[in-house]
Amino acid sequence: MTTHNVDVKSHSKKYIKVYLALMVLTVLTVYASFLTVSVGVGIILALIIASVKSTLVAGIFMHLFGEKKIIIWTLILTIIFFIFLILIPLFSSLDSIKY
Amino acid sequence: MSTEIIPYTIEEREDTGVNNAKLGIWLFLTSEVMLFGALFSTYIFLRVGTINWPVGSSFLSVPMAALNTVFLITSSITMVMAWLSLVDKNFSAYRKYMLLTILLGCAFLVVKYFEYTAKFEHNLYPSTNTFLGLYFTMTGLHVLHVIGGLIVNIYFLFPGSKMWESNPERFKNRIEIAGLYWHFVDLVWIFLFPVLYLL
Repeated sequence: MTTHNVDVKSHSKKYIKVYLALMVLTVLTVYASFLTVSVGVGIILALIIASVKSTLVAGIFMHLFGEKKIIIWTLILTIIFFIFLILIPLFSSLDSIKY
Repeated sequence: MSTEIIPYTIEEREDTGVNNAKLGIWLFLTSEVMLFGALFSTYIFLRVGTINWPVGSSFLSVPMAALNTVFLITSSITMVMAWLSLVDKNFSAYRKYMLLTILLGCAFLVVKYFEYTAKFEHNLYPSTNTFLGLYFTMTGLHVLHVIGGLIVNIYFLFPGSKMWESNPERFKNRIEIAGLYWHFVDLVWIFLFPVLYLL
């Protein structure tokens, strides 16, 4: 983010709102873990909440919303590799079912 | 010996559109994503291959981890407010927010110390089972990152802050870069907390 046209007051208000949202989502994360749902649903719920929290931190605190294209494309490429990395163990478990 | 000035520490390069410091920290953070990604991938691999996987809360303290989440998220806002104070040319507010960030980071480490010692007192070590092996590896690596961030922040609060008088624009950039790293440490914890403690 360039600092030439930063409106300090509106930015600080925005940061406080994001902080409060993160706190609420943290309470939700703990609350969701006590719900009587299946393990699969529990994992999906927890990961959805964590993804929303991480989007807020990356987008607002790390200024990714409105960041330059080179940074965005570098991150998109990283996310593609990251997803592949996460899927590798799932591919291997599918393999063991097949044989 | 001539003194060469490092280019593009403040001004943006024409080809990338960002200054070198920002591109550098983002490239570093992408490598960090892959580092922690490898550990999360290992976690999934071991978990889907095991019939009996312990619930994290049976070994670990959820209230302590939730408290640590509050500490890290709060330190993220104080860090970004430290940067915003410099944008506002308010150096005393910067010092206040940076000190708060450091104290919250230290509080995180204190809670982690109590968590670790409680495990050791109950003879729970990384070698005890696969879950604890993963827990100590992932949180241990995260703790090292928190310590690294704290060292940088302490430097910018005390000796490094002299740059504010000589080159305020560059100092502001340095705090933004340090902030990006600190927020990343917070981001990793946002995923570690539910994955290890709640699922």
